[in-house]
Amino acid sequence: MPLYLIIEKSVLVLFLFAVTMGVAAYSTWAERKIAAFLQDRLGPNRAGVFGLLQPLADGVKMFMKEEFIPSNAEKLLFIAGPGLFMFTALMTGAVIPWGPNLQIADLNIGILYVLGFVSVGVYGIMIGGWASNNKYSLFGAIRASSQMISYELAMGLVVIAIIMLTGSLDLKAIAEQQKGFNWNIIYQPFGFLIYCITALAECNRAPFDLPECETELIGGFHTEYSSMKLGFYLFAEYINMFISAAVIATLYLGGYNMPGLDYSAMNPIVGNAIAFVVLFTKTLLGVFVFIWVRWTLPRFRYDQLMHLGWKILIPLAILNMLLTGAGVLIFG
Amino acid sequence: MELIFFFIMAVLSVLSALTVVFAKSPVHSVLSLIVTFFLLSGQYVLLNAQFVAIVNLIVYAGAIMVLFLFVLMLLNLKDETEPQKSNLVRLSVTISAGMLLLTLIGSVRGAIAIPPSPAQSATVGLVENLGKILFSDFVVPFEVASILFIAAMVGAVLIGKRNKETDSEPLTTF
Repeated sequence: MPLYLIIEKSVLVLFLFAVTMGVAAYSTWAERKIAAFLQDRLGPNRAGVFGLLQPLADGVKMFMKEEFIPSNAEKLLFIAGPGLFMFTALMTGAVIPWGPNLQIADLNIGILYVLGFVSVGVYGIMIGGWASNNKYSLFGAIRASSQMISYELAMGLVVIAIIMLTGSLDLKAIAEQQKGFNWNIIYQPFGFLIYCITALAECNRAPFDLPECETELIGGFHTEYSSMKLGFYLFAEYINMFISAAVIATLYLGGYNMPGLDYSAMNPIVGNAIAFVVLFTKTLLGVFVFIWVRWTLPRFRYDQLMHLGWKILIPLAILNMLLTGAGVLIFG
Repeated sequence: MELIFFFIMAVLSVLSALTVVFAKSPVHSVLSLIVTFFLLSGQYVLLNAQFVAIVNLIVYAGAIMVLFLFVLMLLNLKDETEPQKSNLVRLSVTISAGMLLLTLIGSVRGAIAIPPSPAQSATVGLVENLGKILFSDFVVPFEVASILFIAAMVGAVLIGKRNKETDSEPLTTF
């Protein structure tokens, strides 16, 4: 591997890591501000202008809190849980194309890589919840794993429809094909809807936040966690949200393309910068919708969640796949 | 470079596979099995079989092992509650497993080493090539395998289905 490539990729990794962390930090602020707006309150406004320093204050608080490990917990796994959750959340971001040449790893199986890390992501919750040696944590962990397995299926089935449409598993190729206004959402409106619902469930966001449902399970899988280990769990949820919004934007909303923008005619640096801004704006809009949904819809009951996943979303996703296949056969 | 990666992953996967057998707690066994699957996926990537590597991750590490872990966590096995096997049972299990190992070694010894296929290019394991081969040269075994999967799924649904006369309401909430 030539040296300049290593340097280029390292800079890109560090930049995207910093962006992801920054967005995750300010998503917590946005979450509270939007919640306050929807509930006719003010929200955080003490630290800095509009409470903009609130994430910093929260971080300092998390680090200053007492570190507590329950005496009957599996110590090693208890510590590994939050780290693993954070790791899997960050790893998914490696294949997202942020611009024509702005991608950490251009894998030819990019979308499968995303699905793979989404399905492995549940281990952080399961290990943490089990190692806490607490009934509520265990229930949270079990709920999280069964919920994620159920919703992964529908997610995979709608992604198959996208693959049939574009003929590639490569996220870059999928983004390239949506040049101008040739977005996949036009051909796959139902797929888009199902993917968004499953993405909410995979991120454990309300209305699917049963693993940490505080009215039934105290804090769910992170009941026993304190200090920055709890911070990791909460923070990784926002990272998951950001990355899955970016994946939705890449798969359905044109990726870094915008009508009227042709990157091949531009200076590469300017083109990549504009492409990054375009995809970043779409992603932030997606994160906003995630937050909006959380403060609008009530939480599902557990049997309703399973019913929705297995008896409604999966049959609809299979139907979507069949119709797409027929469409590709006739018009393709 | 590739050789270094191969040896690091090979040693680690043997170690984690041994941990699966020797770990006292079943949850630790399952977790080290997951680590083994990850390392095996790494080996597939070194062999240019990216698709097999990621499918191994999604299906085995991501779905099947989650179910294993799920069941073990629900059972919550502890040393006190688990029935202890008698020495006679342990001895007989060791002997029969050893005999199985001998049989396997014997059958492998008699086999002819298959020469590596000449088409070991960087594109051999890509999805396009794999799909073309599966749907041309191996189409019959591939379709037979899919019928087998459907039969297994129907069987599982049939076993899992509630008998209305004998069973009470199923447990739908955790």
